[in-house]
Amino acid sequence: MEGNTRFRIFRPPKTNSATNEPIYIRFLLILIMFIFFILFLLMPLITVFYEAFKHGFSMYLNALKDPFACDAIILTLSIASISVPLNLIFGLATAWLITKFDFYGKSLLVTFLDLPFAVSPVIAGLLFVLLFSPTHGWFSDILRFFDIRLIFALPGMVIATTFVTLPFIARELIPAMQARGNQEEYAAITLGASGWKTFFNVTLPNVKGALFYGIVLCNARAMGEFGAVSVVSGNIKGKTSTIPLYIETLYMEYKTQAAFALSSLLTLLALFTLFIKKCIEFSYKKRI
Amino acid sequence: MKYIFCFISLIVFSPSLNAIELLNVSYDPTREFYLEYNQAFSKYWKEKTGEEVIIKQSHGGSGRQARAVIDGLDADVVTLALAADIDAIAQAGLLPVNWQSRLPMNSSPYRSTIAFLVRKGNPKGIHDWGDLIKPGIQVITPNPKTSGVARWNFLAAWGWALKNYGEDDKKALDFVKKLYRNVPVLDSGARGATTTFQERKIGDVLINWENELLLAIKQFPDEYEIIIPSLSILAEPVVALVDKNVDRKGTRSVAQAYLEYLFSDEGQRIAAKHFYRSSNPEILAEFKTRYPEIKTFTIDEVFGGWSNATKKFFDEGAIFDQIYLN
Repeated sequence: MEGNTRFRIFRPPKTNSATNEPIYIRFLLILIMFIFFILFLLMPLITVFYEAFKHGFSMYLNALKDPFACDAIILTLSIASISVPLNLIFGLATAWLITKFDFYGKSLLVTFLDLPFAVSPVIAGLLFVLLFSPTHGWFSDILRFFDIRLIFALPGMVIATTFVTLPFIARELIPAMQARGNQEEYAAITLGASGWKTFFNVTLPNVKGALFYGIVLCNARAMGEFGAVSVVSGNIKGKTSTIPLYIETLYMEYKTQAAFALSSLLTLLALFTLFIKKCIEFSYKKRI
Repeated sequence: MKYIFCFISLIVFSPSLNAIELLNVSYDPTREFYLEYNQAFSKYWKEKTGEEVIIKQSHGGSGRQARAVIDGLDADVVTLALAADIDAIAQAGLLPVNWQSRLPMNSSPYRSTIAFLVRKGNPKGIHDWGDLIKPGIQVITPNPKTSGVARWNFLAAWGWALKNYGEDDKKALDFVKKLYRNVPVLDSGARGATTTFQERKIGDVLINWENELLLAIKQFPDEYEIIIPSLSILAEPVVALVDKNVDRKGTRSVAQAYLEYLFSDEGQRIAAKHFYRSSNPEILAEFKTRYPEIKTFTIDEVFGGWSNATKKFFDEGAIFDQIYLN
């Protein structure tokens, strides 16, 4: 009897009847979740690695050693390493502006911030072609005069990637900054701190977790971007072919295994990104 | 971290600065051919002049590639599926309109024709164009708006129907209409259509370049067979120098040599090896076993050239739009 009461103490509080669904509904919901999980997440993931290693590990390595593949990997990393810092600056500035100040047109700015999410990447790519085409774009005269090539070259691909990934960091920062409010900044300024000092010592440390998370997401998207980059790249093998573009090229050239080998690399980069995200979340929670 | 990447990319991209770099913007099925031809040409040019030349390739649907060059893709040479696409580049002012007369053989170094690919054993009994409109037959052919071969396919079907139904345009239209009713998906390029047929296993018959089909058979010899129709079109892919780009980059002489070398015996042999019919009768005879004789007509004979055919069939609101939108 005594043991029984002790056992009861450790039982969770009785659940609300509204969430106390009949067993078959609970079972059904879990089943649906599992089917979706297996069909849409697990199976494609397994397929990628299965196809990549189907003809042995040495073939896998050969596929990654292909000079065009190396060029694609380097190009993808270069694009990400330029567009992510650009987005970092933009994201911080925008989030800071939106959360710390009131001005006319603020809600309009917030709406426009989501534009890259709403617009299809292909359209984004075409817009940049129309703007920066050296033959008939809006800026064609200037581009021709200085003999600059933006599209079908690295700068255009960076621009397209930056556009597509623009909202990621700002979107992560805004809720975090809003939750913090302005009091700490007011306090800092009252104590005589300069604007920059306030920003670096108060504002930035407060949103560190969200900032890292935004960077990680932004980076993942930048490396995987296909649509917009495909339009502005011209797909020159070994020159303007990023990992996703080169995967398509390989597939088209009947080099299925090589295509999947490179896909698995991209998947690993994505998984690694998620792993970093988890680590950040973990250390963040521990400190709180 | 980012500085390291920039540094690496500088190192990797820098060797190309010392050599002359050509960009060949081409269409889909020439990927394997130009891979070998570029090496042969680099070697030839090195022996002749001592200069290093690196040729970069871009491949895609012919129309899409022409569009990219018009938009500013820095092609030194274009090697596309049909004259109409290079005409479009000429209209944009990047090369003179008489480009086709600047090289031998009407600027068409290698030829092909349009044939069918069916699954092994030909389970649906497809032997000629007439079989394609039978109910229940799924035909794979790409989109004539974006793909060069798709236009050749369309015109080959139309030409056969004209010959078969007593030169009656109405009956030809009816035939082509029925044919496109059997097309479940229009891919954007020749290779995409092949992939749809082979990897996604959609369709009973694939209409495509003979060279593309021979390559497909080579990849999967036990799964498919080629059917040569009773009459087809002589497809003449064309090549041209993009004057505006070569003059700006200072690559005219090497780009010109690159194209001329296509017509040399070695260039012709490489093309024949990669499943193109040589435009040189002697070389074609060398590869007689691979290329069975086929009755063909040219686009000039039946349709009066590309500009007429484009206007009649493929322009906005022309016959193809009418067929496909209904």
